[in-house]
Amino acid sequence: MTLLAVQTLNGLQLGILLFLIAAGLTLVFGVMDFINLAHGVQYMLGAYLAVAGYGLTGSFWLAMLLALAGSLIIGLILEMLVFRHLYDRSHLDQVLATFGVILFLNEGVKVIWGSSPLTLPVPEILSGSIPISDGLLYPVFRIALIVSGLAVAALLYVLVSWTRVGMLVRAGATNAQMVSALGVNIRRLFMFVFGFGAMLAGFAGIMAAPILAVEPGMGDNLLILAFVVIVIGGIGSIRGAFMAALIVGLVDTIGRSLATDIARLLFPPAAANDVGPAVASMLIYILMAAVLFFRPSGLFPARAG
Amino acid sequence: MKKLLTAAVTAAALGLSGMSAQAESLKIGFLATLSGPPAALGEHMRDGFLLGVKEAGGKLGGLDTEVVIVDDELKPDVARTKVQGLLERDNVDILAGVVFSNVMMAIYKPVIESETILISGNAGPSPIAGKACSPYFFSTSWQNDQNHEVMGEYAKEQGYGRVILMAPNYQAGKDSIAGFKRHYDGEVVDEIYTKLGQLDFSAEIARIADAKPDAIFTFMPGGMGVNLVKQYAQAGLKDTIPFLSAFTVDETTLPATQDQAVGLKSGSQWASTLDNAANKHFVEAFEKEYGYAPSLYASQGYDAARLIDGALKKAGGKDKEALMAALAEAPFDSVRGDFKFNTNHFPIQDFYVVEGAKRDDGKYVVNVVEKVFDDQGDAYAADCPM
Repeated sequence: MTLLAVQTLNGLQLGILLFLIAAGLTLVFGVMDFINLAHGVQYMLGAYLAVAGYGLTGSFWLAMLLALAGSLIIGLILEMLVFRHLYDRSHLDQVLATFGVILFLNEGVKVIWGSSPLTLPVPEILSGSIPISDGLLYPVFRIALIVSGLAVAALLYVLVSWTRVGMLVRAGATNAQMVSALGVNIRRLFMFVFGFGAMLAGFAGIMAAPILAVEPGMGDNLLILAFVVIVIGGIGSIRGAFMAALIVGLVDTIGRSLATDIARLLFPPAAANDVGPAVASMLIYILMAAVLFFRPSGLFPARAG
Repeated sequence: MKKLLTAAVTAAALGLSGMSAQAESLKIGFLATLSGPPAALGEHMRDGFLLGVKEAGGKLGGLDTEVVIVDDELKPDVARTKVQGLLERDNVDILAGVVFSNVMMAIYKPVIESETILISGNAGPSPIAGKACSPYFFSTSWQNDQNHEVMGEYAKEQGYGRVILMAPNYQAGKDSIAGFKRHYDGEVVDEIYTKLGQLDFSAEIARIADAKPDAIFTFMPGGMGVNLVKQYAQAGLKDTIPFLSAFTVDETTLPATQDQAVGLKSGSQWASTLDNAANKHFVEAFEKEYGYAPSLYASQGYDAARLIDGALKKAGGKDKEALMAALAEAPFDSVRGDFKFNTNHFPIQDFYVVEGAKRDDGKYVVNVVEKVFDDQGDAYAADCPM
């Protein structure tokens, strides 16, 4: 039974990591109606900038500050050079252009840092671990990851629901033209939202760097998961993204740990070894298909919530 | 962008060979995966090969050598088209390289049918070692199963009675586990198949900690391996449950895993500390040239270039019949020490257990722990009609 408890904790923690990435994506999509496939490479850049910052300063925290600033600057440059010209275009144009940004930045990272994976050490203060079951330690850094994810969720909730900027963001999401007619500089608002989204992506990259390989294309896999999360949660809904990320994290983790065992009850062992992992890796997509079928606008649609 | 890079690399290779218009020159097509996440393997192998060419003064076997480097993008169809170009437009004398087995299987037939010499610097799928073997094919690496077999044998020798095996859920992953089990005779507590490209291994690690095996064996190439090694160490299992692997802990991943991979075991036919003159020279020259520590992939690329060099000298030119006969005798000093070709043109060589270690200069490399197999051929050679 402790194993199940451990796996639940693991699932929540994967969910939080997914939320960190999905939050920026859904924010930009919800407010600006802009599909930013480049969100994954912005996450990758956050990780790389942190590694570079660590190389310069030797401190995780200074590296984090530098990487956040760098993510913001790169995000704003991309907004001015590329994305700004796409807000009024169709989703297909946005997908094509931002996909181009993915290819460009993945290669760019390879040219600068090479194709071998790099690493960012866990900061000293968070490097310990806590025994949670016999022989298994739970790294303190993973707890920090969960805390930071919850903090981001709280920050977003307060920003969007309780501040003047948040009010404008919500208004802009509902009817951008009307907000603009009332004298709000909607372009600047969008730039603010986009910059914030870029920083969120960068932050996710920084927090993921100590546990995952920092390599070109590291954002591509996660981008797909992030889209699954925001589709399940309801596109544009921060609350939906949070709940859906936790659900996806739990379903994926519990599925991975139990699918083969369940398959063994139904099939002979050799077949179970084939069926179990195959089903486990499909589970979240089956979940997404089911959600799309029964609740096409997601579990927590932005407009209603 | 990729095209540009390929063009630039090709141009560099052309520059290397000087492009002089001599009567007899040699043209080698070098196919490697140079884009996407697994590019590091291809780059290591390419750099090793080019070092071999450079050390021969740009003249393998005394012939002006032009190396045309092509990126297969890890797409079998792309590889096939590009190889067609190398064979028909560039008229290469030899095709070398190839990191991944699925790419090898896609290009094997057209290359062999055009009667072009094919030298694998890495991929060694079982059909080519067995029934589909060919006199035109030579390998300077291993048959795919072998580095996994090494770990199975080692686990048996160490008396690990209960093991958990873990690999990504695709063909190479299943082959890996089959290879491990060929010599291992203890109890396999669990076989865990993960998603290809998996990021978070905490669910699997919790299962391993719960089952408390004597050891785990895993095959997690590239970034997946980095993720797993980091998380395995962070969960505190590194010091309690021995970590046996193949193609997971090597110089392409050690820069990312560093201390977290120190002491983790891996099966290999090469390590930078193997004590022979050719290897000492290779490791030193490679690091001087490229500024990073070579991996087994680099050693295989280097051996491929040196094999071609030695065989051309022995054959006294690039006459195909003579060259093939010379190649089969492996007239060169391999950086791995003992090296001769089996009947199926895969090497008969020694295999070692190696482990991640930090060198005095701060670089991370693999060191030899012990020799497991001496002069070992592969399990498929008997099926090869040659």
